[in-house]
Amino acid sequence: MISYVEYISLLIIPLFILFTVLYGTFKKVRVYDSFVAGAKEGPAIILNIFPYLLTIFVAIKGFQASGAFDYIRDAFYSVFAFLDIPIEALSMAVMKPLSGSASTALFTDIIKTTGSDSMATQMSAVIMGSAETTFYVLAVYLGAVSIRKTRYLVPVCLVADFIGIVVAVFVTKWFF
Amino acid sequence: MNVLWLIMISVSIVFAIFTGNLEAFTKSIFDGAKSAVEISLFLLGIVSVWMGITRILEDSGLIYRIAHLFKPIISRLFKNIPGDHPSITAITLNVLANLFGLGNAATPLGIKAMQELDVLNEDKGTITPEMMTFIVINTASIQLIPFSVIGILAGYGHRNPAAVVLPILIATAISTMTALLVLAAFRKIFK
Repeated sequence: MISYVEYISLLIIPLFILFTVLYGTFKKVRVYDSFVAGAKEGPAIILNIFPYLLTIFVAIKGFQASGAFDYIRDAFYSVFAFLDIPIEALSMAVMKPLSGSASTALFTDIIKTTGSDSMATQMSAVIMGSAETTFYVLAVYLGAVSIRKTRYLVPVCLVADFIGIVVAVFVTKWFF
Repeated sequence: MNVLWLIMISVSIVFAIFTGNLEAFTKSIFDGAKSAVEISLFLLGIVSVWMGITRILEDSGLIYRIAHLFKPIISRLFKNIPGDHPSITAITLNVLANLFGLGNAATPLGIKAMQELDVLNEDKGTITPEMMTFIVINTASIQLIPFSVIGILAGYGHRNPAAVVLPILIATAISTMTALLVLAAFRKIFK
């Protein structure tokens, strides 16, 4: 089943590109010129996104380095002590919305220190797989079209992230 | 975003002062800037590639055909997209890329979707309900098989890395649905 899905995943982009260029040629589109014209838009888009990405990354890195991250995690740990969540999994829960690369590094670290079959590892795996790097997504997608007024989007994302992590904790406990 | 950023920056600096992490904090600002440059360069490549591919879709009219095909499904969540608008295609392709864990395609296609949704935006600079729905779906991360997690687990000798597939799928499905419910609830409150 997994290898099957993996094969489709490998196939999907090449097939899609093949179909696109063949269909374009069939419709008498000069596909090479079209691609170049489209690719020309790339730099302008990235120039739009870059300041947003920079602004949020500076805040995230500073948050981690200042010790505020550890403090928040410990606060969560004592508040949710009754749920019996391993502290490593809780680090993952707080880290994942902030940074993709840092949560991957954290995940390998959790496997190394607690073992690959520990509760902390299983729970971190579920959190890692079911949560998204919210801040990065927000910076990139809002930056791409220069949205300044986000209305209630940010609170929605934070509440949804929080619920997502609670769900991940319960699903893990139910499975393992 | 403004409030969140202000809180993060000021809390960090206060913490840095009290915990004596001032040097690390200052260094981290430049680390953050460096990561932003690296990721932007990476994005520049993949976004340009996908802008090239989607331009062929536009010039050949295929973008409208795909939109027409998926309109019935997409319009359930995105009610205010008129006709066979190209944003439907971009949203569809982004969701498919997410489902199959194709991150390098999902982000550029998501950017494309945001641009197309912005075409429909009458008040530029302010987010539309459709954009919110789209971003919430993306932050909830729907994925059939979490290849990266399985890969890391397998690399460290987990006895059955595939065991995480079902729990992750269930957790993602529940959290995506609750995320949309939370959005709907906020929408009612802030109407």
